[in-house]
Amino acid sequence: MEQILAQLTFLVIFVFVIASLLGFELITKVPPTLHTPLMSGSNAISGITVVGAIMCALTLEGNPLGKTPGWFSNTLAFLAIVFATINVVGGYMVTDRMLGSFKKKGK
Amino acid sequence: MTYLYLLATLLFVFGIKRLTSVKTCAQGNRLSEAGMLLAIVTTLLIYNGSISWWVVIAGLLVGGGIGAIIAKKTPTTQMPEMVAALNGFGGVASALVAMADLLQNTALKGEASLSMMGTVLAIATPATILIGMVTLTGSFVAFFKLGGKKIVHPLKGSARHYAHAALGLAAIGCSVWMVFTGSHVSMAIAVILLALIASALGVLLTLPIGGADMPVVVSLLNSYSGVAGAAAGFVINNPLLIVAGALVGTSGLILTQIMCKAMNRSLGNVLLGGIGDDTVAKDAKDYKSIKATTPEEVAMLLDGATSVVFVPGYGLAVAQAQHTIRELGELLIKRGVTVRYAIHPVAGRMPGHMNVLLAESDVPYDQLFEMDQINGDFKNTDVVIVVGANDVVNPAAREDTGPIAGMPILNVDEARTCVVIKRSLAPGYAGIRNPLFDLPNTLMVFLDAKEALEGMVKEVKELK
Repeated sequence: MEQILAQLTFLVIFVFVIASLLGFELITKVPPTLHTPLMSGSNAISGITVVGAIMCALTLEGNPLGKTPGWFSNTLAFLAIVFATINVVGGYMVTDRMLGSFKKKGK
Repeated sequence: MTYLYLLATLLFVFGIKRLTSVKTCAQGNRLSEAGMLLAIVTTLLIYNGSISWWVVIAGLLVGGGIGAIIAKKTPTTQMPEMVAALNGFGGVASALVAMADLLQNTALKGEASLSMMGTVLAIATPATILIGMVTLTGSFVAFFKLGGKKIVHPLKGSARHYAHAALGLAAIGCSVWMVFTGSHVSMAIAVILLALIASALGVLLTLPIGGADMPVVVSLLNSYSGVAGAAAGFVINNPLLIVAGALVGTSGLILTQIMCKAMNRSLGNVLLGGIGDDTVAKDAKDYKSIKATTPEEVAMLLDGATSVVFVPGYGLAVAQAQHTIRELGELLIKRGVTVRYAIHPVAGRMPGHMNVLLAESDVPYDQLFEMDQINGDFKNTDVVIVVGANDVVNPAAREDTGPIAGMPILNVDEARTCVVIKRSLAPGYAGIRNPLFDLPNTLMVFLDAKEALEGMVKEVKELK
């Protein structure tokens, strides 16, 4: 068990480091024109935490906390879903709107 | 099924990749949207048995509705505020996920202490709450500052740094307490305290940063919201969150670096609030030979010009004059004038703000020029029209000392004539005098950007 946990720890840190390097490689040399859409687009991606929020919204039977505190943790999860979805939907829609105005005259 | 997460991750990676080029950016955003949709659907499928559907659906509908309304209603000029606010929402969502997970985890595993649940969880949980809450309150301070509200830091000088350091230590203390305490009650208290301290830190750290440095802050907060997402990924042990969060975290960091370079300042200098700190130099309004002019005279000047460069700044956005400037540009092009737009990297209130604004009003992409491309060309330019920009054309930046020394600027003073449209002689965000206004080849038009440009459009139309 200890060993599995240690391996898991190694793996997630490994993934994090590689993903950070990938991020650096991807973004260098962006034209300034695209800074704003890039920012709002990547901002929308940070709403990925919605996945975590959904996982936390357990049914009351499945919630290890039992009935009353279960309500509390579900309220937290509900708020997390709301905020993350605002981030996702708002971010993507506004990016689309901006890129739409780029495309219009790009023809 | 979990392999669908891998597919979603790949969609994000290729999405960001395509966002970095003008030709493919629209497609890139689509890919990234598809990745997000796939990630959400996959999660719903995997946790089908254990999640409370009505909580999830209600949350998605409420959040989606609010997000859609915000996105539809925000004008392009207020894009920076909106991105800042959205960042804050993302940050707080991650913090809430960490809290809910902590609550469930301690109950589920029957462990009284977070320290028993592995190093990753013990570090990631307080880190997510801390970064998430700092992102939330920092973003809202940025939101208000971008909206032009002046908020002053309650402390001055070194007391400020001590206060920040004390809060930082308190936050670390709370985190340690939260991890090692054996009782659920004190863990709850520690979580709440940590969230409060982090909120205060977010406000206090963002307050001293000058309005002119807001583009840097917005990109930095963007980076934070990504890091908070990645930290939440460690908490719930989900590689999709870790990768997506890390991508956003690093992309925000790189944009921050680009902005700092454009202002020739270090990130530390920006964060400590070097300039624009609500201070205005004493001689900021000392001008000797200001020559004011009218739109009619500028139109006559334009009549004899063969090359014109527009330099847009935040004043253009405030006055919503982006359509009028395009109209003037088109009129001049019809008269055979070469028209170009010079975009300073930090013009406006967020990176690339001017580009988006001008793109929205259909200014052709090939008329926009970056600072390095056009700076050598100002001496061959007949008329430069500076619209609502100040610090980015301030020749004081070429001197060895002073608040903006060394900042790369647009060399508008080298043009034959430089027209500056500005409502008053008030200093820009840097709070200093602009010697450009005193130069013999500079003419000032003291009007609102839209009014002035409309006047010029009308006069140019009447030229024969």
